[in-house]
Amino acid sequence: MKLHTTHIGDKVFKTTTMFFALFVFALVFLMGYEMVRGSELSLKQFGWKFLTTSTWDPVAEEYGALPFIFGTLFSSLLALLIALPLSIGVAIFLSELAPRWLERPVSFLVELLAAIPSIVYGLWGIFVLVPWLRTSVEPFLIKSMGFLPFFKGVPYGFGMLAAGIILAIMVLPIISSISRDVLRAIPNSQREAAFALGATKWETTKIVLSDGKSGLLGATLLGLGRAVGETMAVTMVIGNRPEISYSLLDPGYSMASVIANEFAEATSSLYTSALIEIALILFVVTIILNVIARLIVWSITKKFKTT
Amino acid sequence: MTTLSMASVAIAIIPLFLIFFYTLAQGISALNVDFFIHMPKPVGELGGGMANALVGTTILIGLGCLFGLPISIFAGIYLAEYGNNAIGQTVRFFTDVLSGVPSIVVGVVAYILVVIPMKQFSALAGGVALAILMIPTATRTTEEMIRLVPQSYREAALAIGIPQWKATLKIILPTAMKGITTGVLLAIARAAGETAPLLFTALGNRFWSTDIGHPIASLTVFIYDYAKAPFDDWNRQAWGAAFVLIVLIFIVNITFRFVTRGRYKEQQN
Repeated sequence: MKLHTTHIGDKVFKTTTMFFALFVFALVFLMGYEMVRGSELSLKQFGWKFLTTSTWDPVAEEYGALPFIFGTLFSSLLALLIALPLSIGVAIFLSELAPRWLERPVSFLVELLAAIPSIVYGLWGIFVLVPWLRTSVEPFLIKSMGFLPFFKGVPYGFGMLAAGIILAIMVLPIISSISRDVLRAIPNSQREAAFALGATKWETTKIVLSDGKSGLLGATLLGLGRAVGETMAVTMVIGNRPEISYSLLDPGYSMASVIANEFAEATSSLYTSALIEIALILFVVTIILNVIARLIVWSITKKFKTT
Repeated sequence: MTTLSMASVAIAIIPLFLIFFYTLAQGISALNVDFFIHMPKPVGELGGGMANALVGTTILIGLGCLFGLPISIFAGIYLAEYGNNAIGQTVRFFTDVLSGVPSIVVGVVAYILVVIPMKQFSALAGGVALAILMIPTATRTTEEMIRLVPQSYREAALAIGIPQWKATLKIILPTAMKGITTGVLLAIARAAGETAPLLFTALGNRFWSTDIGHPIASLTVFIYDYAKAPFDDWNRQAWGAAFVLIVLIFIVNITFRFVTRGRYKEQQN
């Protein structure tokens, strides 16, 4: 029996699996490359003006993505505004306050929220949230705060506010579970030291929160990344009007929504190319957000693992 | 502070129950045997079902698994067994990045890669899109499940002279298989709930079709079309389909949690 120091089968197996692993890595670049190629027509035709013009006219073949960029940003920031305080509250509860027997089921319920498909959120949005906004919330907002530019308009129900609320519900599980993990990663010695100096529970929590600042920022960026890319729920409640307006009551249009609504029926190559360019913008934005966020979260959990 | 914190938890969890029970209440009236085995009726007629959508989603998921699972499982094996190096870290990082790419963007890529060369919408394109969506989840869970297999198994196999590749394929992988299957189910649940990428890859089909080279119906696009419709009956059917969808997804999630609860306990403490 010959003695092999390295079996040939091992080499083959290792190379094969490495090939598949590298394929996953290459997939991201393949996607970017294909989208750049697909949007070449639009890039050549409009250049940087694409990002700053507001006209979206398929008939005259004039395409400007500003309303969609604005819509995506506005709805996502609104969602973060609503979801962030709630998520931090949930994260504090799960990592600092809750006893073990309560923390796990509650964590699980929050994660179930993340598992609900976007389309079901959209369905619920159309038939439950929007009518409620139209009949109760928005008239109230107009009456009480209608002097602010954010609450001027007609109570359609559909619009930025509905999109912001639904996105907030969808983004909350991500931000709270990552925040909870970040807070848990902070060593107990910090809390014990604070207690030893006579701090109350709230003061200790404030210290823990400030220790985990960058991790919480990472969690927020990941949530923002999800909000920016969310399609179906937003498409069904945002109203689909490609105009820029600062009022929460007005309909808007997001980048993902315009792709979802118009891609299958885009008649000309320039039209398709413009939509692919919007997808490319989305791709780049979410990748940047994800890379920054994960770098932050990785470094924060590593930092505390070594302490 | 405690009250504020508990209040946020309450506010956070309320939508979960609201959505689930509202879907249940609205959808249950649409559920009957006909709903599952009949085809959609023409516009304006009452009744009909979503049989083509159920079959369509099954075919799409099957294609997604066919394209995505081999890649994921082998990549996961590499990451678990040989991945403690720079290549492994990079691959892991980009897998996470890939999981953050919006599903609509994945749909556009599938359109460019499959629909344009084929010059038509097809279930194949939808399957490719779903495969790309499944790969990050399936790779990560495969890696984690294989890592959970005790090192002593590998050492014992090597000690009796089994080559490493055989040990991985025939001993480690079967041991981890239960966890990997549940992880794959999780990825399938995610893919089953996707609508956006299917809107312009598999497109949708009002008729019975099992042809993968042509447009095909799916559960999620069914919900989308019927939700937008001005007919109350169709809206009810959308709720019914949505209820079926979230029940399936919840079952998968609960199973995954159940199967992995013991294993993760050591990692958490």
